Amino acid sequence: MIDILEGLKAAFWLVVSFDAELWEISLRSLRVTLTALVIASLIAIPLGTYLAVQRFRYRRFIISLINALMGLPPVVIGLIVYILLSRSGPFGVLNLLFTPTAMIIAQVIIITPVIASIAHQAMRELWAEYHDLLISLNTTKWQRIVTLIRDGRRNLLTAALAGFGRAIGEVGAIMIVGGNIDHVTRVLTTAIALETGKGDFALALGLGFVLIGIAIVVNLAIHTLSRTEREGRW
Amino acid sequence: MKKLMVTAAAVLWSQCAMADEMRLAVTTSFDNSGLSEVLLPAIKADLDIDLQLLVVGTGQALKLGEAGDVDAVLVHSKAAEDTFVAAGHGTHRREIMYNDFVLIGPKADGADTANATSAADAFARVASAEAAFVSRGDDSGTHKAELGIWSSAGLEVGGFGSWYHAVGAGMGAALNTAAGLDAYIFADRASWLNFGNKSGLALTYSGDPALFNQYAFLPVDPAKNANIRSDLAMKLEGWLTSRRAADLINGYEINGEPLFVFNAVVQ
Amino acid sequence: MVSAMFPLKLHQVLVRRRGKTVIGPVDLELGPQGATMIVGPNGSGKTTLLRVMHGIERISSGSVQWEDDDPAKHAFVFQSPVVLRRTVVQNLAYPLELLKLPKLTVKTSVAEWLGRIGLQGKADMSATRLSGGERQKLAIARALIRKPDVLFLDEPCANLDGHATREIEAILQEATAAGTRLVMATHDMGQARRLAHDLVFMLNGKIHETGGADSIFECPKTKELTAFLNGDIVV
Repeated sequence: MIDILEGLKAAFWLVVSFDAELWEISLRSLRVTLTALVIASLIAIPLGTYLAVQRFRYRRFIISLINALMGLPPVVIGLIVYILLSRSGPFGVLNLLFTPTAMIIAQVIIITPVIASIAHQAMRELWAEYHDLLISLNTTKWQRIVTLIRDGRRNLLTAALAGFGRAIGEVGAIMIVGGNIDHVTRVLTTAIALETGKGDFALALGLGFVLIGIAIVVNLAIHTLSRTEREGRW
Repeated sequence: MKKLMVTAAAVLWSQCAMADEMRLAVTTSFDNSGLSEVLLPAIKADLDIDLQLLVVGTGQALKLGEAGDVDAVLVHSKAAEDTFVAAGHGTHRREIMYNDFVLIGPKADGADTANATSAADAFARVASAEAAFVSRGDDSGTHKAELGIWSSAGLEVGGFGSWYHAVGAGMGAALNTAAGLDAYIFADRASWLNFGNKSGLALTYSGDPALFNQYAFLPVDPAKNANIRSDLAMKLEGWLTSRRAADLINGYEINGEPLFVFNAVVQ
Repeated sequence: MVSAMFPLKLHQVLVRRRGKTVIGPVDLELGPQGATMIVGPNGSGKTTLLRVMHGIERISSGSVQWEDDDPAKHAFVFQSPVVLRRTVVQNLAYPLELLKLPKLTVKTSVAEWLGRIGLQGKADMSATRLSGGERQKLAIARALIRKPDVLFLDEPCANLDGHATREIEAILQEATAAGTRLVMATHDMGQARRLAHDLVFMLNGKIHETGGADSIFECPKTKELTAFLNGDIVV
């Protein structure tokens, strides 16, 4: 109990004193995760929608694969990305290991299946609702996908936020591919792991509370944005 | 609102220019000591090198060197280092400094290690009392040193009962576990002094020369790939073995206790 | 103006699903004008027949032949209206946007139809918040906005009250007068009498009797249609 209080106190002081290092790693956390989120959404949302709209031979298999990938431990993904990006690996010449880009790549791989799976569920329901109309209007595949994405955007936002939550709190994979280098690849989660290792539970918890705070602020901001839009245009 | 988001994005993704960057894999115990916080700014000031530390166990540090993913390693496990150089992964091995390992245990010291005559004797006392003992169990330098002392005491770790907990974790995590179990643990002095969650633990035995913990600097073979900055590694080695580094290393103290002894051969 | 698409000829059309015959064999020829009402008991195949004509139901054998088919020239209104999760205006604009018509043309058409269905006051409301009658009016307007040559309707007033039904019938009569061919399934014999130029009576997946509205209501030829018009249960 005392530790949690100490943690809250540490978080409070870190925030009110505008701790420079805290700002740096918080901004890096956001930068890495939001970039990964945008890339993953650009892949996962059309993919999930396509899987809802189109029947084809390997559809079931791809859906199963996505669901299986969701259960893969991030550490394993981290190791695979490490091996690929290592200077002795196939993409070593790109020299991306231990950079924020490597962390973004790992996070994209981790959250794309999450977003695709939730998006697929949501789009399947919407497609059941729209199916007759869109068929009767003789729409093309592309028009169907665009219509579903546009009209299902609130559900897709939920899918994206689930991906965000998973990415911002991820530590195992980005520790391996980022290396937790101070001022380069240290983010909130790896800093928490580091402080826990040093036995500084108060600071670790404080960083944890900051992380929760950032997640809440991002969620609220995105929801507020989507609500303003509803009142304006709906 | 859009403008606000563009501004936010610009702040988030803006980059600044960097000096020369060099990657050094170091052990957890080195980083936990806090010495890096003294050395890094000095290196930046003297050499204009942004030294990027990858803080991992000795095993992983050597692995990163083997893959050519770092430019040099700073570790403390002589046998593994010699193998590393012999296999051609590193160009050579240069001793820099040493600190020492200590035995940490419950304040009550049920195994009476405080009166031990040597490190091996202290370990033997723990084993005969079957007092709870936490081992790193992660193939790190500290773990290897611990195993060395068990064997010098004539004991076989494989035959230990349930009092011996191999946690497979870093120094900090293992210390946290020992604090939770009120167990003995073998740690480096620096990590122990900087550890924040001492709980009911205390230093119970130290001082045997067998506990000295030699750190060595190993530049990675630049033939591995074109990205290895062996020029920077050489510059750093020169600096680490200089008088300036010696003063900083010998002068570093925690709670008034010096931690490291500089012992590089100055050329 | 007479559509180039007619006549529509159905020849020996059979729809089988899971080994059971849903409709058929059906032979039917539809001329270019007027309003055809399809009546018959539940499960007699009215909906399937409409979907076959519209081309959204796969047939197992036989043929459906338009003189000169243009899918953009026939529209369908479903029994329970599908509304897009968008505003009323955006719902109306949707079929025109799919055709990539100029913005101004779209705007003019939308404004016109908004007035015709009396939803000007709810133009920017989410269509999902409309009442059942309003939704169906919106769906019909959205179907008519492309100025189709044929409009298929599947019991559009089945779930609506008298007032909404009247409003919809008025819109449909206007459309017929303007030259749109109506083909509509209905349950409501009063509605069939009010709107029909021709009647198709279906029973057990087959067309049992057809005829012009001027004679068929007064002197049906088969005893089943006689019974159906009398409100008796026909099996």
